[in-house]
Order: sequence, then C-alpha cells, then structure tokens
Amino acid sequence: MVTNYQLKRVDFIFRNENDYEDVLSKTIARKPQELINELISSELKGRGGAGFPTGLKWKLSSESKADEKYVICNADEGEPGTFKDREILSKVPFKVLTAMAVCGHVIGAKRGFIYLRGEYKYLKPELEKAISEFAYYCKEIKFDFSIHIFMGSGAYICGEETALFESMEGKRGEPRNKPPYPTNSGYMNKPTVINNVETLAHTFTIFKYGAKRFYDLGVQYSRGSKLFSVSGDTPKPGIYELELGMSLADFVDEFGDGDTKAVQVGGASGFLVPRKKFDVTAIGYQGKLTGISLPTGGSMMLFNSSRSMYNVLDNYLEFFREESCGQCTPCRVGCQQLIKGIKAVKRGEKNAKYLDKLLRLTETMQLTAKCGLGQSVANSFSSIVENFREEMIY
Amino acid sequence: MNLVTDLIKDLANQHGRSRENLLPILQGVVEQEKYLSEFSMIEIARELDLPASEVYGTATFYSFLEHKKMGTYIIRVCKTITCSMKGKNQILLAIEDMLKIHLGETTGDGRFSLLETNCLGWCHKAPAMLINDDVYTELTPERIREILSDYMKK
Repeated sequence: MVTNYQLKRVDFIFRNENDYEDVLSKTIARKPQELINELISSELKGRGGAGFPTGLKWKLSSESKADEKYVICNADEGEPGTFKDREILSKVPFKVLTAMAVCGHVIGAKRGFIYLRGEYKYLKPELEKAISEFAYYCKEIKFDFSIHIFMGSGAYICGEETALFESMEGKRGEPRNKPPYPTNSGYMNKPTVINNVETLAHTFTIFKYGAKRFYDLGVQYSRGSKLFSVSGDTPKPGIYELELGMSLADFVDEFGDGDTKAVQVGGASGFLVPRKKFDVTAIGYQGKLTGISLPTGGSMMLFNSSRSMYNVLDNYLEFFREESCGQCTPCRVGCQQLIKGIKAVKRGEKNAKYLDKLLRLTETMQLTAKCGLGQSVANSFSSIVENFREEMIY
Repeated sequence: MNLVTDLIKDLANQHGRSRENLLPILQGVVEQEKYLSEFSMIEIARELDLPASEVYGTATFYSFLEHKKMGTYIIRVCKTITCSMKGKNQILLAIEDMLKIHLGETTGDGRFSLLETNCLGWCHKAPAMLINDDVYTELTPERIREILSDYMKK
C-alpha cells in the first residue's frame, strides 16, 4: 500500500460563491509579492496535467521585464476523457475571471485571453455575458484589466502552451522550442502566464480562504484537491472533486463496476494501470516517498473485462496520428509506424518480438519528439503493451 | 462585388488586418460559408497582405476549418475511446441510414455532411456528436432519428 488514504470528496471548485467582487477587490489590494508567497506556500501545481508549480510560474513572469504581459486561460481541453474545464466555465466562470485579473495584478498584465476550444463554441455566449459583467465591475473599481475569448478550431495540439500562442498569432498550431519559456517569451514573445482553467479556479479558493485551507488537503508533493473526469465502464460517470493522493484501489472501489480490468489515468497521453497494480498506484505528482505516483489532468477512464486493450490502444494511436502537428519526424512518422506495427502483429504478419521493436521506437519518441504530444505516446503504448501483451498478439 | 469578398472585407474591418486576426477571419468565413474555398483563401491573403500559401497552411491545419464544400449542417460524431466503447458505430449507422450518405459525404441537397471528430469532452455522456455548434449527448439510434427529423424540417 502506498498510502492509507481514503477517497475524500471535496467541494471547493463548484461551491457557489457569489462574492467574486469582494474577493477581487480584497485580493488586488494586497501586494503582488505577498500573493506570490501565498500561492507558493499552497503548493498548488498546474491542473492541466503537467503539474508545474503555479506560484513559481507567476513569480517568474512577474520578474520578467517587458512593456506588455499577458494572462492566458487555457481552455483547449482536448485530452480524451477530460471534461472538467467545460463544467467550470459554465458553472463558476467568475472564479476563473477573478483569478485571471488577480494574476494580471501580480505580474503586471493588462490583458487576458481565454483560449476556448472550437468544440465548446456553445459556451461562448454565456461566457461573454460573464466577461462583460466582470468588465463592468473592474471599471467600477478602476482596475485596468480586460478579458477576451479566442476561439480554437479543432486541434488537440493547441492545448500545448506554445502551440496555443502560435495559434493565437494566426499560425499553424505547431509547438515552439523551449526555452524560452512562456514566462519570458510567450504570446507575441511577451512574458505570459498560461494556466489551465482548473488551476485558476483553485487560486480563487487560495486567495479567498488562504493557502493553508488548500495545503491541508492532499498528501506531500500533491497538495489540495483536484477535479476528476470519470468515464468508461463505471456506474457513475461524471465530475468529482477529490483530495489528491488516493490510491487507485480506493478509486476503483468507489467508481468501478465490480469488474474493472484497467484504468487509464491521464487520458490518451497518460498511463494504463492494470488491476494488479491498483494497490500500489497513487494519484498525485511524483514524490520521493510514494511508490508509483501518477500525475493527471484528471481523466480517469475505466475499462472492464469486456474491453479489448488492443482496441483501446488502436484508438489512442489513431488519435495521436491525427492530432500530431507533423512538425517533427519522431512524432509524425512514429505514430504512423506504431499503428502499422500493432496491426501487423495482430494480423500475424509480424511476430510478437516486433512489439519490442515498437517499444524501442516509443523510447526514441520520448527522447526526441519536440513536445509533450510525441513524448507521451510512449506512456500509454508501453503501459498497455507491457501489461496486456497477449491481447496485442491474439 | 462577390458576396464572399464583402464578407471577408467586413470580417477584416471587424477583427483587424494583422496576422493574429487570421484565425477569427477564417472562422468567420467558415461560419457563413461552411468551408474555405480556394477563392476565399486567396481573398483573405489579399486582404491581410499575406502570402496565400500562409493562409492555406494555417487554414488546413485546423480540423474545424473545412476546405472542401460542406452541407448546411455539419454532423461530427465523436470517435474517441469512450464514445467508441459506448456505441459510436451504431450512431453512425443510424445517421448513414437516415441521410443515405456514408461517412465523409454530403447529402445531394447540400443540407447535411457527416464526419467523425476527436474527443468532444462529453465522455461521461457518451456517445456524443456536434451538429454545427450544438452538442447532443447520450445518443441512441432512436434519439438520432428524432434529432435529425427536427433538422430536416428546418
């Protein structure tokens, strides 16, 4: 057992708090440095999946010198199995807007953007209404910060922060080389804080209730709560806010259908955990004390024993092949070859040893692909092929 | 004056003529025309003073910016894992059966196009699809017949 942690439901994100005016005016009356310290001591990490410390991100941007800076809310929620950001934007938009404005105050930005994926265009009218109400309040308290929506047009890769900047600049959504990092050179090559929708909503909680309330939740290295998007073979699919650090066994007890064979943690770019490893897997960010600890953007897909893991892998690879931006060879050609490869093994045109060759290919992709998309294909590929090898062959 | 040319001029006036305004302009044309013709892309390039190849390169990168003639109603059925597990194929069959077209085709009267798309973010209410910008979830073949007959009456 990694931890004795029981599954604990939390209700912060969706708690209806009609006091954003109050929170905003109180928070921007505080000094940027004080707010950064508060955020750092909360140990909030990015909720989009990568888990970069949010306080540090804001700090680095605030230290960058530039005539113009930007705050961007990443609402290009495209990871298969993730749907929490849509819910946040439709239920508690003011928390996100307030957090963006506070970030503007902290780093010295006057403009913010919400990059909304094209698939969520139906959210736009309500969100625009919220933004104009928010703008009215900012004007009233003489706080100079404006928020605009930028629509995406159906490209998973634009959730990658630098691809998102390229897209906003009117170009193909192809990731940039890093460094420079967005905190120095982001949108229009200006210092930019880009945060996931949920991350911003958590900062609202932290600024309203103080870092301690947040820090007291979760476990070491994985503080706070997190929204989980639960789907697949489960009697209760939906969105749940849970404390971080739970073991996957507890999770499956709560959400499984009694016949859970495997859980995909973190979407197509995450890891598949087979039943025998539920006990030793915790959900949270990498830490020294825990055994296997899986970070996640919150996508939890359950599969029962009626599912073919070959079909699951084939579906993921097809997804990556289509969504690869095509810019770097390891990812573009790698995804195509992986699909061809598993199909050839399944049809018996290649023998089972060929799977090891494909595993080596994913290792190469992990090392050489330019961005997270190409690098993370290895996660699902190796975790599925290694744990369900016989299903790939027969 | 051509209607598309007017539309592009209006959109450029509304959004601006810098490179970062390209995507909103492309989206505006697709909203009206349902797709970007070669003619539209060249006109946009002219309006923004960009090489036409840059406009083409950007437009063809995004899956929602169609560059082939589409129907009035574009149906996009989610094919990612959960929807696929929860009966996406039956949904496709029901649509194909009703509209008498295959995946990737447009009906003869130019009203409906049928496509597949990647994760729509409704995995907990799978299967899901978009018709233009509107989302429909927890689909069954019966629901498909209801929804589509409503659209057919429009």
